Amino acid sequence: MQKRNLARLLSYTKKYKIYLIIALFSSVISVISSLLVPVFVGKAVDNIVDELKVDFKNVIMYMVIILIITAINSLFTWLSTSCTNTVSFKTVKDIRIDVFNKINKLPLKYIDKNSYGDMMARVVTDIEQISDGLIQGFTQFFTGIITIFATLGFMLYVNYKVALVVVLLTPLSLFVASFIGKRTYKYFAKQSKTRGEMGAYIEEMISNQKIVKSFSYEDRAQEEFEKINDRLYDCGIKAQFYSALTNPCTRFANSVVYVVVAVLGSIMAVMGSISVGQLSMFLSYAKQYTKPFNEITGVVTELQNAFASAGRVFDILDEEELKDLDLPDMKEAQGNIKVENVHFSYSKEKELIKDLNIDVKQGQKIAIVGETGCGKTTLINLLMKFYQVDAGEILIDGTNINLVNGDSVRNNFGMVLQDTWLFNGTIRENIAYGKDDATDEEIVEAAKMAYAHSFIKRLDKGYDTVISQTGENISAGQKQLLCIARIMLKKPPMLILDEATSSIDTNTEIKIQKAFDKVMEGRTAFIVAHRLSTIKGADLILVMDKGNIVEKGKHQELLDKKGFYYNIYNSQFETVNN
Amino acid sequence: MKRILGYLKYYKKEVIIGPIFKFTEAVFELIVPLVMAKIIDVGIKNGDTIYIYKMGGVMILLGVVGLICALICQYLASKASQGVGTRLRNDLFKHINSLSYSEIDKIGTASLVNRITNDINQVQVAVAMLIRLVVRAPFLVLGATIMAMILDLKMSLIFWACGILIAFTLYFIMKKSVPLYKVIQQKLDRVGIITKENLEGVRVIRAFSKQNYEKERFVNASEDHSSIAVRVGKLSALLSPLTTAITNIGLVAIVGFGGIQVNLGNLEQGQVIAFVDYMMQILLALVVVANLVILFTKATASIRRINEVFDMQPSIKEFNTKEIVAESTDAPKVEFKNVYFSYGDSDEYALEDVSFKIMKNETIGIIGATGSGKSTIVNLIPRFYECKKGDILVNAINVKEYPFSQLRKQIGVVAQKQALFSGTILENLKIANENADINLIEKSVKIAQMKEFVDGLPDKYETMISQSGKNLSGGQKQRLTIARALVKDPEILILDDSSSALDFKTDRNLRNALKENTSDMTVITVSQRVNSIRYCDKIIVLDDGRIAGIGSHDELVKNCDVYIDICLSQNISIDEKEVG
Repeated sequence: MQKRNLARLLSYTKKYKIYLIIALFSSVISVISSLLVPVFVGKAVDNIVDELKVDFKNVIMYMVIILIITAINSLFTWLSTSCTNTVSFKTVKDIRIDVFNKINKLPLKYIDKNSYGDMMARVVTDIEQISDGLIQGFTQFFTGIITIFATLGFMLYVNYKVALVVVLLTPLSLFVASFIGKRTYKYFAKQSKTRGEMGAYIEEMISNQKIVKSFSYEDRAQEEFEKINDRLYDCGIKAQFYSALTNPCTRFANSVVYVVVAVLGSIMAVMGSISVGQLSMFLSYAKQYTKPFNEITGVVTELQNAFASAGRVFDILDEEELKDLDLPDMKEAQGNIKVENVHFSYSKEKELIKDLNIDVKQGQKIAIVGETGCGKTTLINLLMKFYQVDAGEILIDGTNINLVNGDSVRNNFGMVLQDTWLFNGTIRENIAYGKDDATDEEIVEAAKMAYAHSFIKRLDKGYDTVISQTGENISAGQKQLLCIARIMLKKPPMLILDEATSSIDTNTEIKIQKAFDKVMEGRTAFIVAHRLSTIKGADLILVMDKGNIVEKGKHQELLDKKGFYYNIYNSQFETVNN
Repeated sequence: MKRILGYLKYYKKEVIIGPIFKFTEAVFELIVPLVMAKIIDVGIKNGDTIYIYKMGGVMILLGVVGLICALICQYLASKASQGVGTRLRNDLFKHINSLSYSEIDKIGTASLVNRITNDINQVQVAVAMLIRLVVRAPFLVLGATIMAMILDLKMSLIFWACGILIAFTLYFIMKKSVPLYKVIQQKLDRVGIITKENLEGVRVIRAFSKQNYEKERFVNASEDHSSIAVRVGKLSALLSPLTTAITNIGLVAIVGFGGIQVNLGNLEQGQVIAFVDYMMQILLALVVVANLVILFTKATASIRRINEVFDMQPSIKEFNTKEIVAESTDAPKVEFKNVYFSYGDSDEYALEDVSFKIMKNETIGIIGATGSGKSTIVNLIPRFYECKKGDILVNAINVKEYPFSQLRKQIGVVAQKQALFSGTILENLKIANENADINLIEKSVKIAQMKEFVDGLPDKYETMISQSGKNLSGGQKQRLTIARALVKDPEILILDDSSSALDFKTDRNLRNALKENTSDMTVITVSQRVNSIRYCDKIIVLDDGRIAGIGSHDELVKNCDVYIDICLSQNISIDEKEVG
């Protein structure tokens, strides 16, 4: 699991190979030059013997050498750190963009099922953890490994026997590190998961602040939050403590190595096979040699955290994508729609749509009528290929929409949904959403047609008013007007209006209705309707109940049937007449 | 800063004892070379192998004690840092809950989530490092400097010079990078916002095939973020080489001046070596300090962002937290007295000089065009917004005098936007009233026309609802939110355009059921449809923030032009005969 995550993370760095090479090269020079400084300082001190016995010529020469080495060392240390920083940030950026793109390629099934807060935590927090891990990882890993090899070289040069003992003992600290590392990973994974859960909870509570307040739910929300927070504390403390164990433990392992070298070396010194001077030099190198192991194990814990987060990020990347992305585009549609023997369900236990058949000709207006939850939204999900049918076919102008890509299908539809969606940008940008190259005149024209122009004009900044993140600065009705303007600009061949006019007052609605009539001319339109006028003007009324079309036909025909539609229709009259 | 230090107080013990153990460990570590010296001076010199083994054992023992000290310190550090983080998160969440809508809108949900998770994380890391490392490094630096002063006062000036230079470098880099770290966090917020928008607007984005446009927006935001991060990375990467360079120059100075002094006979070679050793020690300590500085710089930026939220005062304050007792029972349930309201700092009033009285048990309808101020009126009653001028009274007491919970307990609001939480249906209903018994819940569900639906579910009340009710239809959500408000058994029920997603039949049944079962409730219905409100005892007609008329349907069709227009536009005959 960890290894796979590592390999995958590393594959992202390939693009920045050049930085990695520079970083590696620079850290070699940086490490060697920093190891050289003490050597030359020692040499200089050797020339400062006693009163009047100072060889200034040599001392000055060494001073200059040290300064040169320092300059080189500083330059390359900087180069190595900033290159690794750059690689990490760029890599992380690439991963982030990949995840984002992936989200746009996931079936809606996945997105509807998962919490937004948790997905946001993956895109933001988890990827930040990866970035922290990578930076620490690269810098310390490089310098650590290079230091190990450099000191090993020095030691082998001085006395290969003792050096071999040191090398043989090396696995000890590595073993300790990996032993702890495995346990830490578990807690880090749990920590990331809990953090995601927390993000989801905060997101949910803050976005629904009004409800929280109106039910005086603050205290209970706080309680619930503290529960999650307590769990985060529990696994956080464990993750942190176990990861913090690594360093002292490996340091202890290193002390053991040091003591073995000391005792062994001393015995050898007693036997005369090594000099005291050599022994002391050896010990200092043994210290230098084991130090990077400490640092590397420190990095390992940081990496554990990164891997745990990476796992969550890669989980999204591994989700099954929409299968139709590579299918050919659908041509611009005329608007003939045929639904043949369609079956569909969201979950296996409960079949929602059974054997649905509809035949719609270009330019027809179809009113969908039915009680709430009868499957209207589902029908839209299927027509626009947000969800795929389980069986049967949907044909647009004779093309099975399963054989073309979903984007090109949706491109032929214009829709206004129950839940208006506008993004954090100006009104102008929001209206032009469906048409990148829209001119200002076109935008204003569309706004006028949607009767949004007059309220936009009254806003302080007009078309440049920025819609705030929560969208609180304009009313629900105004939002819907903007959504309609968006459609007016795009003029797609088929329209879907999902209870779109529910929070717009009737005065405005009638005007919009007229505008719609104009836009709908020659276009196929599905209208999830509540209003008599819409129903009466429809070419076809689909009466839906429990996922199925129970009746279809024109207004008068259906009334004459005295069936389901008749009841619904009369329920409206009853209230008006009683 | 002060605020964060306040949190450390809870962990005084850990913050003090932790470094002591760390310090002890460091001391033990320093003893090891002395033991080694003994081995060389005594063991090897005398060829005493038993002594060598014995001293080897002592070193292992020192190692074990050091290990134990280190572990204790690590444990304390984990406890304190996670504890500070946990407390901070609790308090921040609590504070956010006390804020009003306008403040939250200013920062945005994505950023707030970031601040509670990401930013507090940074603080947590900094606290852990504070305990683990902060004592050791300065101790070594200071100790070395003092030792140098004892050795030779004049030579120790080099140490001071280096120290000042390094302090200056640290200051310079921190000063440059703290604001940048803040920008980084802002850019990260942007990344969060776009992600959130894309998840919420996924249908619209796909309907318009705007994936590429969104991708571009996201790529720009994350490029922005990474380019600043790279810039800061380059800046903070200066830290370690600069400090190293300064100490190395210090070394050169020691060698140079030391050489002169030795030549003059003022200093000995061994002392020069000692100076070099101390300088080296400082160098090693400084590497740690440099890393700490980067960490603290990041944490400082995060602390500022956290404080920004803490410093935000709710614009709507609770003036009184003690429950008050309403005296007169025949006073109007709700009364508006010359109320003016505008959103934010806008000069244009959304409500102007609005006055009306609603008596107990009355049913009230509010009607008017989009943007005429209908929702604003109902949002003012539970004090979601504060009026600019005038008074709003509930039970003859100004809403400002109530504690929030007492005021809001009386009022059940069903908003336009139907929001449900993830959890079971039962849990969602119980949000309104924790202690609601099953009878009340079933009754409410029945009134809201949801009984059939809930009974038809395999898990009934235990059915899971996904976040914001994504697995329910719009109408189902609306009815569930109505049921939820009823579970509260409020004295005032506000239905803010909350049957818009219902079909006629369900809407009618709902209204009838409400009428039959809520005789002791004051019901305020906001709607665009005349049919939804025409049988209310009183109808308030709004026109562009002003009251255009108040009265029953029959009265209004005679004397209120705005109302007549609305009726006509909905094909409702004003002489009581159905036209449409």
